[in-house]
Amino acid sequence: MALVDVQDLRKEFVVRRGSGLRRERVVVRAVDGITFAIESGSIVGYIGPNGAGKSTTVKMLTGILVPSGGRVSVAGFVPSKQRTKLAARIGVMFGQRVQLWWDLPLIESFELLRHIYRVPAERFRQNLDMLGAALELGPFLRTPVRQLSLGQRIRGELTAAMLHEPDILFLDEPTIGLDVVARQRVRELLLRANRERGLTVLLTSHDLVDIERLCSRILVIDHGHLVYDGGLETLKERYGTERVLVVDLEEPRPPLDVEGARVIKVDGPRQWIAFERERTNAARLTAQVAALAPLRDLTLQEPDIEDVVRRIYAEGATGSAGRSSTA
Amino acid sequence: MGEPLESAGLFLRLSAARIRAQLQYRTSFALQTVGMFLISFLDFAAILVIFANVPQLGGWSVSEVALLYAISSLAFSLTDLAIGHLDYLPQLIRDGSFDLLLVRPRGTLFQVVTQDFQIRRIGKVAQSLMVLGYALATLDVIWTPDRVALLIATIPAGALIFASIWVAAICIVFWTTEGNEAANAVTYGGTFFAQYPINIYDRWLRRFLAYLIPTAFVAYFPCLYILGKADPLGLPVWLQVSSPLVALAAALAAGLIWRTAVRHYQSAGG
Ligand SMILES: Nc1ncnc2c1ncn2[C@@H]1O[C@H](COP(=O)(O)OP(=O)(O)OP(=O)(O)O)[C@@H](O)[C@H]1O
Ligand SMILES: [Mg+2]
Repeated sequence: MALVDVQDLRKEFVVRRGSGLRRERVVVRAVDGITFAIESGSIVGYIGPNGAGKSTTVKMLTGILVPSGGRVSVAGFVPSKQRTKLAARIGVMFGQRVQLWWDLPLIESFELLRHIYRVPAERFRQNLDMLGAALELGPFLRTPVRQLSLGQRIRGELTAAMLHEPDILFLDEPTIGLDVVARQRVRELLLRANRERGLTVLLTSHDLVDIERLCSRILVIDHGHLVYDGGLETLKERYGTERVLVVDLEEPRPPLDVEGARVIKVDGPRQWIAFERERTNAARLTAQVAALAPLRDLTLQEPDIEDVVRRIYAEGATGSAGRSSTA
Repeated sequence: MGEPLESAGLFLRLSAARIRAQLQYRTSFALQTVGMFLISFLDFAAILVIFANVPQLGGWSVSEVALLYAISSLAFSLTDLAIGHLDYLPQLIRDGSFDLLLVRPRGTLFQVVTQDFQIRRIGKVAQSLMVLGYALATLDVIWTPDRVALLIATIPAGALIFASIWVAAICIVFWTTEGNEAANAVTYGGTFFAQYPINIYDRWLRRFLAYLIPTAFVAYFPCLYILGKADPLGLPVWLQVSSPLVALAAALAAGLIWRTAVRHYQSAGG
């Protein structure tokens, strides 16, 4: 059986909107019928715009929220029914929540977690040595958590989530607030644990570099629906059909008028011309431009994941209308 | 079987960690403990003032009232010491930090109460013990084994009754606290809890409900038995020794309510 198995998963929240007498009950379908499975040993990126339902899904997978419908199994357990058994096998980190003890030195928080998770002393020491080296915790292990910088604290939080050697890690925006170097360190640690121990990771992030570097597979969620499930390359092919030809003209010109393409930006003599793969190609476009104005130089930009995701978010890959209904 | 013992060990370990953290602020900690100790004498002083004018009250002497007071106050202050942090449950729920307790392999109630340990509450325990000492020293009671046993059993039973009522009552926040009204807004990177004032469940109302009503089982009935007094209401004698059983039943019920309530937890956006 797959390590994570999700079928037709749903979560509705009843919220009260408005004020005074005009308050009404509104049902928000945060997760609206999602199905996927994750095999052991993969790193999966879970992306989608704000409010898409990413955190809500993670909360149902980790036993925090009881689903409104559908089925979930993680590591063979039903999260909402076998919460404590599951908890011993998973690691969870929410980039915005503090799980360390605020006024204790980092090392003491780890020590308490060791007892909470019942990790044998020897294993704990080995794991802490490994994690501490990978995330360079040494300099602030004895500092009270409240005195740590955000980046230091997040490295501590990640360590806390991994000390008991979970089979699967759920990371909800783990690199929020980290500098470039720390981000890189976190990524390396995850890749290494994945390689050496077969650690499975489900990661939500708005940082697409995280996704690009780490994830072999991507799930895209929008308005509670899964709109894409597959590899990064296919994602780019499917949604990233628009490429950009950057041309340097001999002198500044008003936006060129070329068939099957449009100018998206002008900066002095430089113009950015976006085109669809199906409608024209770079060779034909170059010839057209050269016929209109003398050319000095040109480059071709392939779509990057940011463009792809921006496009999916903006268009909302399915034509999803009204997910809320008044009850 | 080692399970409860291991949990007790963890309770002590977590509490010790909290005490260490509080000792960082040594002076304020000492002042608060002494303050708590002194303030709690005011309760008892009020009783003494009454007895300065009348030798007996409803057929009870000052030593007998002291016993009644000491038993219920000791039970209550032990409960307050052990699970007082339950007061912060509404806040944990509102800001969604209850999430973190659910992903750890331990009971949620256990984790809520071990999040903090206010050692200054020992001041009240100490005061109750002193009043108990005064009562035992001045009472004119023949200490038969059954009376001794009931006195010893009554205190933990009373603490358990208070704790059960407290837990059951506070569970309402799982229904009334609307996850996070701000969850409708964009949740990315938001830390909404800073906007909420710390809303401690009204301590006085809670005390009244959780303190007065069960005091009958916690202290009054056992005192009737220990002091060999006739029950003015003429209730059966077995009621007077039933507090340990009542405590067990209350604890089971509270546990059940808690489990049901946790399944209604809605978390907060994020
Ligand atoms: N506890 C809650 N109570 C009511 N509504 C909620 C709650 N949690 C989430 N929601 C709503 O459910 C929807 C999905 O929220 P969720 O937090 O899962 O989004 P997300 O994909 O994690 O977004 P973000 O990128 O902003 O973190 C949103 O419309 C949100 O307002
Ligand atoms: Mg989120």
